[in-house]
Amino acid sequence: MLVTTTSAELPVQLTGGSVAIGGRPVLRGIDLEVPAGQFLALMGANGSGKSTLVRALIGLRPLTSGRLTLFGTPIERFQDWSRIGFVPQRGGATSGVPVSVWELVASGRLNHRRLFRPLSRADRAAITQALDVVGLADRAGDGVATLSGGQQQRVLIARALAGEPELFFLDEPNAGVDLANQVSLATSLGRLKERGATIVLVAHELGPLASLVDRAVVMRDGRVAYDGAPLADHAVHGGAYGDAHTHHHHASHHEHDHVPVVRSPLEGGR
Amino acid sequence: MTAQVTFWELFQYPFMQRALIAAAFTGFAAPAVGTYLVQRRLSLMGDGIGHVAVTGVALGLLTGTSPIWTAVVVATLGAVLIELIRARGHTNGDVALALLFYGGLAGGVLLIGLGGENAATLQAYLFGSLLTMSVSDVFVTMALSTVVILAGLGLAPQLFAVAQDQEFARVTGLRVGFYNVLVAVLAAVSVSVAMRTVGLLLVSALMVVPVATSQQLTRSFRTTLLAAMVLGAAASLGGLVLSAYLSVSFQPTVTPGPTIVLLALTGFAITWPVGALLRRRARLREPFPALPPPAHEPTEHAHQHGKDCGHAAVPHGDHVDYVHDGHRHAEHGAHYDEH
Repeated sequence: MLVTTTSAELPVQLTGGSVAIGGRPVLRGIDLEVPAGQFLALMGANGSGKSTLVRALIGLRPLTSGRLTLFGTPIERFQDWSRIGFVPQRGGATSGVPVSVWELVASGRLNHRRLFRPLSRADRAAITQALDVVGLADRAGDGVATLSGGQQQRVLIARALAGEPELFFLDEPNAGVDLANQVSLATSLGRLKERGATIVLVAHELGPLASLVDRAVVMRDGRVAYDGAPLADHAVHGGAYGDAHTHHHHASHHEHDHVPVVRSPLEGGR
Repeated sequence: MTAQVTFWELFQYPFMQRALIAAAFTGFAAPAVGTYLVQRRLSLMGDGIGHVAVTGVALGLLTGTSPIWTAVVVATLGAVLIELIRARGHTNGDVALALLFYGGLAGGVLLIGLGGENAATLQAYLFGSLLTMSVSDVFVTMALSTVVILAGLGLAPQLFAVAQDQEFARVTGLRVGFYNVLVAVLAAVSVSVAMRTVGLLLVSALMVVPVATSQQLTRSFRTTLLAAMVLGAAASLGGLVLSAYLSVSFQPTVTPGPTIVLLALTGFAITWPVGALLRRRARLREPFPALPPPAHEPTEHAHQHGKDCGHAAVPHGDHVDYVHDGHRHAEHGAHYDEH
């Protein structure tokens, strides 16, 4: 599935977005545009509204005011969910019943399946490929609960991948994950980026992901405090954005210039 | 039942054959929904619906309509109400459940009193009355059970995704609200069907205990679901036959409901230690992180480690560590290293 996105079809366009939870304003007047192929890191302290913003962008939190379009379609009328991949925080990996890695990843394929139909050959291929990308193909038959936290996080990424989306939202994928697993996580996301996927990632700290980030948006108290070139972790949490720390921010924007921009990450090679 | 009837002759009686058919169908159907409830950590939802269904049965007895249909209607309303309170109120789902528990039970007992029925009538529904089912009762049981089984298996991918992670399911474009209500309705229907088998107060056991048993030994959702259905049917049939055997052999009247539930619990009691042992072994054999040891630390060891030495062999990077008494020994030429 190779979808060509016209310039009018920005993956994410939010204008004047505000969110209130229980009447209390949590996000105020957010303007955010994410162009196709960008790797955007949403950063900020706990309670700054970065997770709420991501949840608002995929329609899990209704906007109290403002306008949100995904791929040019207003969120209220958006139906094309197979273009969106969502990786929630790790809590959702386990439940009250044993679940195998394969089954959890297969549930990410639902937006391509019709009712009362078994998995097609294309479904199986997509699931296998998704497991390959996160390096867990050999654990497909194992119970998710037996995996480490970092591996569970990679299973959730594979679940989103199985739907072959163009636009990914990840909520704190490296929270509570050991360094070795953060590196494999960065490798998996690097592959997605090479294939031209648009990625919006919420992070408290970037760690090994830092080299992938094209643009950082720092939230503070429900508003955008910084929007520009990637920041080092200490700059984000130091409270001063931009000026004093600009010497850190020579991030390369040319990494994938020679790679043709392909919108569907799993079929990038075909 | 009189002493002249032997155990085997019992199976020739139509009431026993009807009971066997009903037991098999409800045994398959109850865990087909119960698995989704356990998956969402709502194991007691069946109980809540069961208590609400008491009001339904009382309404049926009061108005002279078939209690199973009034139970289906009232239990469905109760289940949808539980689901709505849960969806709106976020955290206080268990309080909503509790309110309906008590309201349903109190309402049912009050209505029975108003209708001038005696408590024994209600008892048949509270603890099951498998042996007094009419032919039409059996047909209703078969039809409703089949609906529950077909929905539980046919919509498994959707129901699984919604029960696993509601927010993810919403982002894949599933109509999460619809599937939540569907599970609630299926649960209400299977409660109403199983009330003749094990009774409203024990019905949740048939939905939950087979699932708890099967998940001791399974790794995937699919096998858990299918094994739970087989175990549910086995417990229903086994419990019915056991109660018949006890009644014929020792004269007392043992109703099937309690024997079915106790048989299901016995299954759990047998598999739990096995599951605990398997989980312990799996944890022990989980590979160590592939980090090299901080220093070369040769140790002496009395015997040659190997396949049959009895010590757990755990992968560690490119080699194997042998675990015993708090040590991790890795072979290094003629000696072992402490890793």
